[in-house]
Amino acid sequence: MTGIYFDNNATTRVDPAVVEAMLPYFTEQFGNPSSMHSFGNKVGLAIKKARMQVQELLGAEHDSEIIFTSCGTESDSTAILSALKAQPERKEIITTTVEHPAILTLCAWLEKDGYKVHYLKVDGKGRLDLDEYKKLLGDQTAVVSVMWANNETGTFFPVVEMAELANAAGAMFHTDAVQAVGKVPLNLKDTKIDMLSVSGHKLHAPKGVGVLYLKRGVRFRPLLRGGHQERGRRAGTENTTSIVGLGKAAEMAMEAMAFENTEVARLRDKLEAGILAKVPRSFVTGNPDDRLPNTSNIAFEFIEGEAILLLLNKFGIAASSGSACTSGSLEPSHVMRAMGIPYTAAHGTVRFSLSRYSTEDEVDRVIAVVPEIIAQLRKLSPYWDGDGPAAEPEKAFAPTYA
Amino acid sequence: MWDYSDKVKEHFFQPRNAGVLEGANGVGDVGSISCGDALRLMLKVEPETDIILDAHFQTFGCGSAIASSSALTEMIKGKTLDEALKVSNQDIADYLDGLPPEKMHCSVMGREALQAAVANYRGEEWSDDHEEGALICKCFAIDAVMIEDTIRANNLSSVQDVTNYTKAGGGCSSCHEGIEEILVKVMSERGESFKPGTPSQEEAKPAGMTNLQRIRKIEAVLESVRPQLKRDGGDIELLDVDGKTIYVSMTGACAGCQMEALTLQGIQQKLMEELKEFIKIVPTKAGALSRASCHV
Repeated sequence: MTGIYFDNNATTRVDPAVVEAMLPYFTEQFGNPSSMHSFGNKVGLAIKKARMQVQELLGAEHDSEIIFTSCGTESDSTAILSALKAQPERKEIITTTVEHPAILTLCAWLEKDGYKVHYLKVDGKGRLDLDEYKKLLGDQTAVVSVMWANNETGTFFPVVEMAELANAAGAMFHTDAVQAVGKVPLNLKDTKIDMLSVSGHKLHAPKGVGVLYLKRGVRFRPLLRGGHQERGRRAGTENTTSIVGLGKAAEMAMEAMAFENTEVARLRDKLEAGILAKVPRSFVTGNPDDRLPNTSNIAFEFIEGEAILLLLNKFGIAASSGSACTSGSLEPSHVMRAMGIPYTAAHGTVRFSLSRYSTEDEVDRVIAVVPEIIAQLRKLSPYWDGDGPAAEPEKAFAPTYA
Repeated sequence: MWDYSDKVKEHFFQPRNAGVLEGANGVGDVGSISCGDALRLMLKVEPETDIILDAHFQTFGCGSAIASSSALTEMIKGKTLDEALKVSNQDIADYLDGLPPEKMHCSVMGREALQAAVANYRGEEWSDDHEEGALICKCFAIDAVMIEDTIRANNLSSVQDVTNYTKAGGGCSSCHEGIEEILVKVMSERGESFKPGTPSQEEAKPAGMTNLQRIRKIEAVLESVRPQLKRDGGDIELLDVDGKTIYVSMTGACAGCQMEALTLQGIQQKLMEELKEFIKIVPTKAGALSRASCHV
């Protein structure tokens, strides 16, 4: 039995066609694109092509708006630090409580340097309050950074509208779109989004390559300074093979866009409905009406996520969890906490994220296995009593804090 | 994915003594739902002898929490309460062939559940006496609360001090930024500012011991673990002490045993506790030392 990989929001497999496109650039096309000779020239042309492929996927107006980086995190850091450096008179950042650590950890660090960071709250379905946002925007706001889609629940944020509002307030707008790019049609030229982060390995390109989209005319201060690569906006010799791979992956994502939003969404819906129908005391987190087509995040009450993952893994099924234990932290997922999901459910959240390689058979096999695993762990749970939760579970088991 | 030992996996996949224990007369509920680990330990104790006839558990928690619970029930069955209370969290971890540093609290929880269950049986009130913070030092599994309390209690002002008192930061050193942050916070409370690179207030003297006293202490620790090693057909010999490095030689069945590293880790831990300083134990073959020291 081959494994079932339902953890595509963590990373994706590199498409064989992408690998094929990359291979020559390790060996015969090994040149440095900055070199004058023919060894470098052809590589330079390949990067140019990749840039246009990414431009197409993002719907950017100019190919020079595409800056290749090493990963989504680098793109995020570059964008936010650039916005602060370029507007030293503005000392405030607006972001959300449910961003990826690539943003939140950076913001926490900037707070120590005296920046004021506003964290927008979300409701029970993970949605933002735009009135709160409008009140916070002002002439002190240097940059707003809001993710396009949440990595844990898949819930979308109204970034296009929020970018308009930021623009009207004279603030820059950045979005971490690593989960959305390749799954959502983008047309950045018609938006006021100033900066956008892409991560290659989320869309079947290799790890170690990312993109920062930078709208033409947006004031920019590079993070890495040195050579003239990427028009001096990101120094360092290009990761040529991976850039070529990302270009190819972008092209393939364009072709698969409709499929992702119909067939992958159908499989996801089937998986979710199948599990919910068979497992009592389980529910979907986030906003099921407005989310990525591949993502389903299900909370299984009264058990813990790492234990679920270990048992799933035994059946060859790969998923991820928002429990504290999976990350070695002391709190369950900040996204679940922000939505007010109680601890007894937040620790038991499991994210299934599909891809265009997921099959109906895999979905059926997961539906068949999950109820069994949940029942097995609930038998061990002090909150569970026979076939259902103990009467008044919080009272039935109230441990001394240890 | 955590690097769990086979023993941990086995106790997770086939937990022993899981579920409600009918007729339990000692129950301990401990843990923290916010952290995602909580455990109910149920004991059936024979009143005449204080012997634990049966032990069951129910756990809300991760793989290592379930495995630690399962291991604990196996370890204490048949013991008297007083014998059982001697089981330390390190014993639980050792029984499972070790736990990742992030998961050591699972074994601590097991021990606390035991204390709580025994207290419950004896009609006493058990209260938890430790608070757990975010894990800072992954090499020695030291959390933020422990570091903060130690800095406060001993007026510490450098990363080196913190390492000397708690071991935190004495390994790979990648947590030094985290330790500095705690120092900045606690020192500002007492009206001081943290200065990086300032030498520690007091060179962590090994509790005022002379070299001879120190070596005797080391010998005593090795002596205390020797019976255990001999039971497994091995032995340990002290070769040399060079500052904070203690050279030993593992002989007999211990030499080259797959568990050697784990055993040494346990001995190192005991030595550090006894000497109250951060030391490193280095396994060396007898005779190799004179050559090795030429390079120093």
